[in-house]
Amino acid sequence: MIVVDLNRGDADPIGDDNVVIRVEGLTMGFGSMVIMENLDFTVRAGEIFVILGGSGSGKSTLLKHMIGLYSPVAGRILIGGADMARAEGAERENILRQVGVMYQMGALFGSMSLLENVRLPLEVHTDLPLEAMNRIARAKLQLVGLAEYCDFMPAEISGGMQKRAAIARAMALDPQVLFLDEPSAGLDPITSAELDQLIRRLASSLGMTLVVVTHELASIFAIADRVIMLDKETRSIIAEGDPRVLRDTNDHPWVRRFLRRSETEDLPA
Amino acid sequence: MAEREHSADSMLRYSAQEGTPGRVVFAGRMDAYSVGPVWASVLEAAARVAGADELVVDLSDVSYCDGAGAALLYSLEHSATQRGGAVRLHGVTGAIEGHLKPYREAETVVSARPPQDIPWTQRLRAGVSSVGHEIFAQIAFIGEYGQALLLAIRHPRRVRWGDTLRVAEAAGFQALPIVSLIAFLLGVILAFQSAIAMQQFGAEIFVADLVAISLLRELAPLMMAILLAGRSGAAFAAEIGTMKVNEEVNALTTMGLDPVRFLVVPKILAGVFVAPLLTLYANLIGLLGAALVMRGFGIPMVAFFNQVSGAVDLTDLMSGLFKAAVFGLLVASVGCLRGLQTGTGAAAVGRSTTSAVVSAIILIVIADGLFAVLFYHLGI
Ligand SMILES: Nc1ncnc2c1ncn2[C@@H]1O[C@H](COP(=O)(O)OP(=O)(O)OP(=O)(O)O)[C@@H](O)[C@H]1O
Ligand SMILES: [Mg+2]
Repeated sequence: MIVVDLNRGDADPIGDDNVVIRVEGLTMGFGSMVIMENLDFTVRAGEIFVILGGSGSGKSTLLKHMIGLYSPVAGRILIGGADMARAEGAERENILRQVGVMYQMGALFGSMSLLENVRLPLEVHTDLPLEAMNRIARAKLQLVGLAEYCDFMPAEISGGMQKRAAIARAMALDPQVLFLDEPSAGLDPITSAELDQLIRRLASSLGMTLVVVTHELASIFAIADRVIMLDKETRSIIAEGDPRVLRDTNDHPWVRRFLRRSETEDLPA
Repeated sequence: MAEREHSADSMLRYSAQEGTPGRVVFAGRMDAYSVGPVWASVLEAAARVAGADELVVDLSDVSYCDGAGAALLYSLEHSATQRGGAVRLHGVTGAIEGHLKPYREAETVVSARPPQDIPWTQRLRAGVSSVGHEIFAQIAFIGEYGQALLLAIRHPRRVRWGDTLRVAEAAGFQALPIVSLIAFLLGVILAFQSAIAMQQFGAEIFVADLVAISLLRELAPLMMAILLAGRSGAAFAAEIGTMKVNEEVNALTTMGLDPVRFLVVPKILAGVFVAPLLTLYANLIGLLGAALVMRGFGIPMVAFFNQVSGAVDLTDLMSGLFKAAVFGLLVASVGCLRGLQTGTGAAAVGRSTTSAVVSAIILIVIADGLFAVLFYHLGI
């Protein structure tokens, strides 16, 4: 059984036990500019949910709505039954500590070493002894292959390494839901494949739910249980489901081009 | 309901049993929140029941174990090994093994940073040479931007006048409210303080001389320069510093644009241009403030300004404005220099901003002293 831990607060349950995130009629935008209209979808516990879409279609924006950084123009987002845009105080903190986020730019704190960056969520949310926090932080960095860079500052490591360190920080508390914005962008194929394996393992062994934005075709097929594809033109979801099924059966030209690129254009001559 | 069940086992219980082998039995949930409170006591109990012998850790009743739980298990293992004992895990699942793996691996990883126990002689040498480098960098910068400025004077059409105007507006026009306030108060305070003293001799009218000379020659340029350092010198350092951190400066260089010409020259021109204008404005407002105070002491405005125009001449005004221009140059250059010297990270931007303001004020004070000597010998 998968434990949906997000219900620990007083939030009312949301019917279907297996749904961790429910997005209802979400319209998002900045000022008068509308980016996506009337989105409806759910993310189920323990699945790897991938958000696809062209550059600038609003994937990062959607992710930031889901974690409550932006409030929707219309509609609502429930995480574990609680409305993120309205949650306050203890309820909000309760949700936040069960959610890990890796931002597209990494967002490591430049004045702290990698170890301190990864340790920070533990310091904020738990009362583990320092030795334990250091140990956990080192192990998380080891998971992304960076244990030897524990005492480096973010500015002293490469862009791809910063990204991996940011993933380690997002995983520090073994959150129930992990949001990753383009985790494998800027990584070599081998590191990227290792990362995919790690993502799969998080979902299978911890029952973690992952919401991932990615463009890497290989990653999509390696990790995704379900994808949605955002379309900039119609400002809506144009496809939803298992990526393999979509690739083989969906007849939206954009979806086909997106998911089949590897097979059509990249074939050796 | 599932939720109730869950909160019942969201606690972690453990018991330690002596014997051969000693046992520690866990039950419930091992996560970052539940292992914290029992961490120290578990390690202590394990040491007590097992000592240097084998310890059995029973996980059969553990419902959930994540990375933090594995951290506790690993610590048990680690401290047992250090005592010369060992740990045998019972009821361990593949998932728990998976979580333990990075802990075991991380133990053997050595830092990629070379060890850093440098002898003090070498550190001293490094310190001295870094001061040398610093001085060298300043001189090189002055040369570089002096060249860029000369180029700007020789080919005025190649200067980015749009940027210059934008900076001048931010540093000058937008500073008018605070300049007005400070200059007005300066005039009022000067006039009031000296009028009280002069009144005893019936010499109130000479307050006009005092205020005019000290404002025009000294106080207005000085105050405006300090204000410019705080408002704009800091802004220059922060702007260029952030660009440096975001590699925008590198981007300029690789596009073949000289950062000094592109970023620094407009700011320096704006500084040189704006500081005298602000000073001129501050002179007027300060005198106005003084005039208003003196009216309270029974001296009409006309008489006051008459006295002022007799007390100061164009040289006084111009020497003040010239000083202001030099201060503007110093403030803008040191702001840009600190910006370009910014290291990496957000904290570095803060450091260069602070250092831009501090260095600017020090330079202003030094320059003011030099001007005092120079003007004395020139008889100005
Ligand atoms: N803070 C903001 N203010 C105004 N508009 C914004 C803001 N953030 C994003 N946008 C706009 O929203 C749209 C979607 O941006 P978003 O960052 O979500 O794209 P994305 O799908 O993540 O793209 P990419 O794959 O390139 O990261 C873009 O058109 C962008 O201009
Ligand atoms: Mg994005």
